[in-house]
Amino acid sequence: MRNSPFTRRDVLKGGTALAATAVFAEPIRAQAPAAAAITPALIEAAKKEGKLAFYTAMDLAFAQQLGKAFEAKYGIAVRVERSGAERIFQRIGQEYTANIRSVDVANTADAAHCIVWTRNGWLEPYLPEDVAKHFPKEYYDPNGLHITTRILVSPIAYNTNLVKPEDAPKSFADLLDPKWAGKLVKGHPAYSGTIMNATFQIARDIGWDYFEKLAKQRVMQVQSATDCPKKVQLGERAAMADGAGYFIIRFKEEGHPVEIVYPTEGTPMAAGPSVVFKGAPNPNAGKLFQNWMHSREAQQFLVDWARQYSPHGQTVEKPGVRPLKDIKLMKEDPAGVEKSADEVKKRYSQIFRV
Amino acid sequence: MTIALPAQLADRRSIKLDFTWPVMFAFVALLCVLIVLPISWLVYYSVTMVDPATQARSLTLGQFHTLFSDPEFVDPLITTVIIAVSSSIACCAVAAPMGWLVARTDMPMTRTIRALVTASFVTPPFLGAVAWEILAAPNSGLLNKLYRLVTGAPQDEYLFNIYTLPGLIFVIACYTFPYVFVLIANALDRIPSDLEDASAMLGASAWETARRVTIPLALPALLAGALIAFLQAMILFGSPAILALPAGFHTMTTKIWSLFQYPPKPELAAAASLPLLVLTVILLRGQAMVLGRKGYTVVGGKGAEPRLIRLGWWLVPAGAFVITVLMLPVFLPYFALFNAAFSPIATTLVTPFNATMHNIYFTFFELSSTKIALKNTFILGTLSATFGTVLALVISYLTARQAVRGHRVLAFLATAPIAIPGIVLGVGLFLSYTQPPFVLYGTIWILFIAYITIELPAAYQQLQSAFRSVHPELEDASRILGATRLRALKDVTAPLLRTSVLATWCFIFVSTIRELSAAVMLFTSETKVVSVLIFDLKESGDLGAISVLGLSMLILTFTVVIGVNRIPGFGAGTRLRNT
Repeated sequence: MRNSPFTRRDVLKGGTALAATAVFAEPIRAQAPAAAAITPALIEAAKKEGKLAFYTAMDLAFAQQLGKAFEAKYGIAVRVERSGAERIFQRIGQEYTANIRSVDVANTADAAHCIVWTRNGWLEPYLPEDVAKHFPKEYYDPNGLHITTRILVSPIAYNTNLVKPEDAPKSFADLLDPKWAGKLVKGHPAYSGTIMNATFQIARDIGWDYFEKLAKQRVMQVQSATDCPKKVQLGERAAMADGAGYFIIRFKEEGHPVEIVYPTEGTPMAAGPSVVFKGAPNPNAGKLFQNWMHSREAQQFLVDWARQYSPHGQTVEKPGVRPLKDIKLMKEDPAGVEKSADEVKKRYSQIFRV
Repeated sequence: MTIALPAQLADRRSIKLDFTWPVMFAFVALLCVLIVLPISWLVYYSVTMVDPATQARSLTLGQFHTLFSDPEFVDPLITTVIIAVSSSIACCAVAAPMGWLVARTDMPMTRTIRALVTASFVTPPFLGAVAWEILAAPNSGLLNKLYRLVTGAPQDEYLFNIYTLPGLIFVIACYTFPYVFVLIANALDRIPSDLEDASAMLGASAWETARRVTIPLALPALLAGALIAFLQAMILFGSPAILALPAGFHTMTTKIWSLFQYPPKPELAAAASLPLLVLTVILLRGQAMVLGRKGYTVVGGKGAEPRLIRLGWWLVPAGAFVITVLMLPVFLPYFALFNAAFSPIATTLVTPFNATMHNIYFTFFELSSTKIALKNTFILGTLSATFGTVLALVISYLTARQAVRGHRVLAFLATAPIAIPGIVLGVGLFLSYTQPPFVLYGTIWILFIAYITIELPAAYQQLQSAFRSVHPELEDASRILGATRLRALKDVTAPLLRTSVLATWCFIFVSTIRELSAAVMLFTSETKVVSVLIFDLKESGDLGAISVLGLSMLILTFTVVIGVNRIPGFGAGTRLRNT
C-alpha cells in the first residue's frame, strides 16, 4: 500500500489527460480533490466503522457478490439495498428530507440523479486514484462527486425456443409488427433508471408515436430492467422491448435459450454512476468501498461476473460480448433526462395506462 | 366460598387510589394520538397545497378536482370497485356452501378443513399472488404448461392468464375467502337445532326449513362476510401491486403508492386516500343499520348441538368441491413456492436431477437484507402482538364492564381504525411522523404504531366478546374483597381469559407478519420487514429467493404460534378449573 497520495507514475499518467484540457486545467485543479489512494489509515478508520450501507440499482446477485468480495478483503460488512434506480432515488430523497442518514454509497442507473444530488449538496467529493488514472474524462465528475461504475445498454432480446433466428426482430420498428402482439415484455421508467434513459432516448430519436404503437401490442409491463430478461428466460414472453442487456449475455453463457439484438436504430444506453454521501453514517467505509469498487480488481469482476461494461481503461473484456465501441449507441443525455423525467413518466403512464 | 371481610377494609378503600380513571384517560389520549393524528394530517394535506414560491400552505380543492376528473384516477377508482364487488361475490359463493358443509353436515375431517382454511389466512396475499404467477402466467405458468402437454396445444395457447382483471379478482378472492368462511361457519355452528326441529315438527320439508329458518338465521353472517370481503379487496395492496402492473392497470392502492415516486405528491396521495376511507365508513354504518334491525339472538340457553345433515352419496361431490376450493389458496400455491425454492428456474419442475440449494444459500448467506428483515419482523410481530393484546384487553374490559362513563367513546375509538385502509394509514402516519412534534420515521416505532392501529379493532372485538362470556360476579366478589378494578382484572378475569388472550396474540402476530400496505409506505432500509423485502425482490423478478423467504416466513409464523400455545402455565396445555 502506498503512503503518498501521488506517485511519479500517477503524475505521468495524469499528464496526458491534463494536457487535453489544458485550458481548464487550472480552475478545475484548484477545486478538485487530490486523487485518493487506499491508505492504511483509511482502511483502519473504515474497519473501525465495520459496516456500510450500499443502495444500488445493479442486479441483486451481483451487488451481493460485490459486497461479499469487499467483506472478504477488508472485513467490512456491506448491507445491500437493491431496488430500481428510480425507487432508490425516491428512497434516498425521502430519507434525506426526513433527516435520516443511512445510505453511505449509492449506485444508480440514471446519471440524472447525480445532477439533483449535486444541486442539493448531498454528495461528498471523493476521487479514487484509479479513476483519475484510468477512467476517461466523460465517466467521472472532476470534483469526484460522482463516478460512472458501469455502463448499461438496453437492447432487444428474444427466447430462441420461441422465436426462430430468421423471425427475430432487428429493430424497434420490427416490434410493431402484429405478430409480436402479446409476446413482448418491457420495463417501466418510473422504477428503472435504465428504462428511464432508454425511454427518453427512444422518444427523442424515434418519437413518442413509437410507444403509442407499442402500447397496442399488449406489452407485459414489469418494473425493473432486470426483470425483462428473466421473463424472456422463463419463456413467459418471447422477446423484450427493453431491459438489462448484461443479463441476456449472462443467461446465454449459462446455456439458457436467449439471444441479444442490437436494434438498427441504435441501442439506448445509461451510465451507472456511484456516489458517496455527505454526512453518511460510515464515511470512511463508504470511501474505501467507493475506491475499491472502481479499482481494476472490482471492475474486472464487474466485467467477468456481471457482464457489464466497465469504464476502467485496464479491464479486459471477455469474449462473447460485443464491445461497446462496436455497438451503434443512442446518445445519453443526463441533463435532458433530469429536466424531463416527470414529463416522461406522465406521458408514459398515459400511453401504457400504468 | 366464604371469606371473612377484614374489619379495616372500609378505611383501606378510602386511601387506596383507584387507577381506573387515570388509566381510562391515558387510553383515550393514546387512541386519539394513534387514530386522530394521522387522519387529521391526511385531511389537512388533501385540502391544502404548497405555494412553490413562499412555501406556505393554502386551502384548495384542486386535488379533489384532479381526482374525480383525471382518467388517471377515475379509472383506478372504477377498477377498484369492480374488483371489490366481484371478489366479494366470489368469496360468498364459495364460502357459504363450504361453511354449511363443514358446520351442518356429517362431512368428515372438518377440523382438518378448518385448519387448512386457517393456513390460507396465514398466507400473505402478495405471496399468494407470486405463487399464482408461477402457476398461471400465460406462457411460463406450470398449469398452462401442463395444459399444453396434455392437449398438445401450440406454444402460445393457454388456459389461464393471471395477468388480467379476472386473474387478479381470483387471487384476491383466494385469500379473502377465509374471513367469510370463518364468519359463516361460526354462525352456522351457533344456530341451535331446536328452531329447525320446530320447523320440521310443524311439517316443513328440509328445503323449506333451510329456506325459512336456517338461511335467514345465517344471513347476517353472510352479509357481514360479504362486507368484509368487499373491504379487504378494496384496500388490498399486495396482490394488485404484483399482478396489476403486468396486466396494465392500476387500482386505487397501487395508484396511491405510485404517487410517492419522485417527486412525491403527498397532497394528491392524501386526497386519493379519502374516498377509500369514506367508502369504508359508509359501508360499516350501512352494515350496522341492516344488522341492527335483524339482530337474531341465536345464542340463547345451552342449545342442542346442531343436528348434522347426512350427506350420503352427496359426500362425493361435496368432498370434491371442498378439495378443489382448498387446492386454490393452499395446495397449489405452496406446491409452486416449494418447487420454485428448489428449482434452478422458478417455472421448471423440480426433479432429483435438477434440484438445487442455490436459492436457499443465496437467501440466507448472500442476501444481506435477510437477517435484518427477519429480525425486524420478529421483533415487530412480538411487540405489536403483546402490546396490542394488552391495549385491547384493557379497553374491552372498560367497555364490556361499562366500568366508567364515556366507555362508548373508547369503544368507538378502538373500532374506528377498521375504517382506515392500511395504505391510507401508511400515508397518514408518514405525514404525521416525519415532521415535528413526533419524528418517528426511520425507526421501527412508526411501523409498531401502524401495526397496533391496524390490528386494534379485530383484537378489541375478539376480547370484548370474551369478556362478555365471563360473568361479572367473579370480579364483583374480588371488588367486594377490596381489590381495585385493575387488581380484579389481573387476578380474576385475566386468568379466565387465557385462551382468548392467546388467540388474540396469535392473530395480531400473524396479521403483522403478513402486512404490506402500511409497511411499504413507512419502511426505511434499516427498518425493512420481510413482507417489504419480498416485495422488493419481486420488482427484479427473483422468484427463487421470494419462495425461500415466503416459506421461511410461514415456518416462523407457525413456530411462534405453536410455541406460544405451549408456554407452560399460559398456553392451552394447562386447563383452567372454572369452579
